[in-house]
Amino acid sequence: MLELDSVTAGYERRAPVFHGASLTVAPGESVGLLGPSGCGKSTLARVAALLHRPDAGRLVLDGTEVRAWRHRAPRAQRTAVGVVFQQPRTAADPRLTLTELIAEPLRATGRRAEAADRVAALAPAVGLTPDLLGRRPHEVSDGQLQRACLARALTLRPRWLICDEMTAMLDASTTAALVAAVETYRAETGAGLLAVGHDRVLLNRWCDRTVDWKDCLTAAP
Amino acid sequence: MTADHVLRALAAVSAERAEGAVLSVRGLTVRFRLRGGRTVDAVSDADFDLGAGECLALVGESGCGKSVLASALLGLLPGNAETSGTALLAGPEGGAGTDLLAADEKTLARTVRGRRVGLVPQSPAAHLTPVRTVRSHLEETVRALTGTSRRARREAAETAAERAAFPAGHLDRHPHELSGGLAQRAATALALIGDARLLLADEPTTGLDRDLVDRTVDELRRHADEGRALLLITHDLAAAARIADRVAVMYAGRIVEVAPAHRFFGPTGPRHPYARGLLDALPDRAFTPIPGMPPELSDLPEGCAFAPRCPRATVRCGTRPAPTAGVACHHPEQPRA
Repeated sequence: MLELDSVTAGYERRAPVFHGASLTVAPGESVGLLGPSGCGKSTLARVAALLHRPDAGRLVLDGTEVRAWRHRAPRAQRTAVGVVFQQPRTAADPRLTLTELIAEPLRATGRRAEAADRVAALAPAVGLTPDLLGRRPHEVSDGQLQRACLARALTLRPRWLICDEMTAMLDASTTAALVAAVETYRAETGAGLLAVGHDRVLLNRWCDRTVDWKDCLTAAP
Repeated sequence: MTADHVLRALAAVSAERAEGAVLSVRGLTVRFRLRGGRTVDAVSDADFDLGAGECLALVGESGCGKSVLASALLGLLPGNAETSGTALLAGPEGGAGTDLLAADEKTLARTVRGRRVGLVPQSPAAHLTPVRTVRSHLEETVRALTGTSRRARREAAETAAERAAFPAGHLDRHPHELSGGLAQRAATALALIGDARLLLADEPTTGLDRDLVDRTVDELRRHADEGRALLLITHDLAAAARIADRVAVMYAGRIVEVAPAHRFFGPTGPRHPYARGLLDALPDRAFTPIPGMPPELSDLPEGCAFAPRCPRATVRCGTRPAPTAGVACHHPEQPRA
């Protein structure tokens, strides 16, 4: 289970972005979180991805409460969660080739030796061709770069995936292709998914259930 | 004459008929020369007309050349770009027209940009100056475009804001204090000040949520209904369906289909297999992606660029299909009954 229990989070202690948000994702379940621009749903996604320490509330990952936050959670827990952001341009190091970008989580965790095999398996799964893998971000389109960012999120075989407006910048065909890649991975591994966005039609089609942001807040005990 | 020439001639005749077209684009081609002798064919042979009060939506995947086309119309391409073709912008009140592709920078800067062509930008946050208020943006634009006297400027700026439904109470705010929707309206207000007859909206709804997308495109539609011609460049098919009169589909730098919006989005559907694929990828339709990825614009195939991904491709697709009745395809789909 991925459980957020009465979480309050923000960037200034005195003015949190939201108060008391609660949300649960069961193993293998896909949940869509719907909210308008600026409501704080991206901040919630960052908390759920263990990248942002909440000001108050509990976060429980697979039965273990996330503690020992510094700015973010301890690595052993963090690597169980893969995350894809809205803007691939700002989420990719411009100096890395797409191969290096996808292998980066392995390098960062001291498992560089597995990189070649893992990239070779992931690239076709997200629809990247070999000629693209040697390029740097400025040499590929937004859609191609987002495919690489999704591959990177899957590199460590996470049990949980957080997709924060993953397809907001993309055309219809690339959107459908990326969603299909996520669903194929989930079918193979049983990973759970939290997809955050504002497109109700998309999230209704994609996820097992969708939650409205305001219900997420009022559900707080 | 080859068949290609015949069709061109026919297209030219239809252009004559399209009297009152605010913008007539014929054979618009943009190439970028790169180091090492490579060329990128960003836009090839684009033909379309746009009339007053009409909204044409140009749709396609990111990187298919849509934004380059808009930049070419404004003369804002980088130095390594080579353009050919014509883009005739009708003159004011029946005066002489201007070929936007042939005009020099002085003409474009002094008489075209902002005055005869208004640009609604992709990212209003990046379009506005962060250190100045919306009022200051508007007053500066009023001064530059209309030469309104200092005393009348404040009122003119407020009128301009009102026209784009920008709330007067927010005029003294800086761009970072505005929501995405209000920033978009501020940018639209700037685009409307010169009273241009042609509005270019380049991905005006990227990153906005659905309610804001609807409101933004409805406002653009209202400006078209006041007699302006609107070229809406977007990858958001729902936005195009909401306001467009006609839809032009671009693939790998070419316009592969132009169709009336009601037919394109209605039960009849588009005829080009790529256009069908795009619609079928929508989450409220089949939600299936088109297999494969678009070709590199620096390495386009000889024949139809979509053939490698196309379920209907045959040997004939090794030669490029000429546009016939609005569709550039050897095997256009028959209308869905």
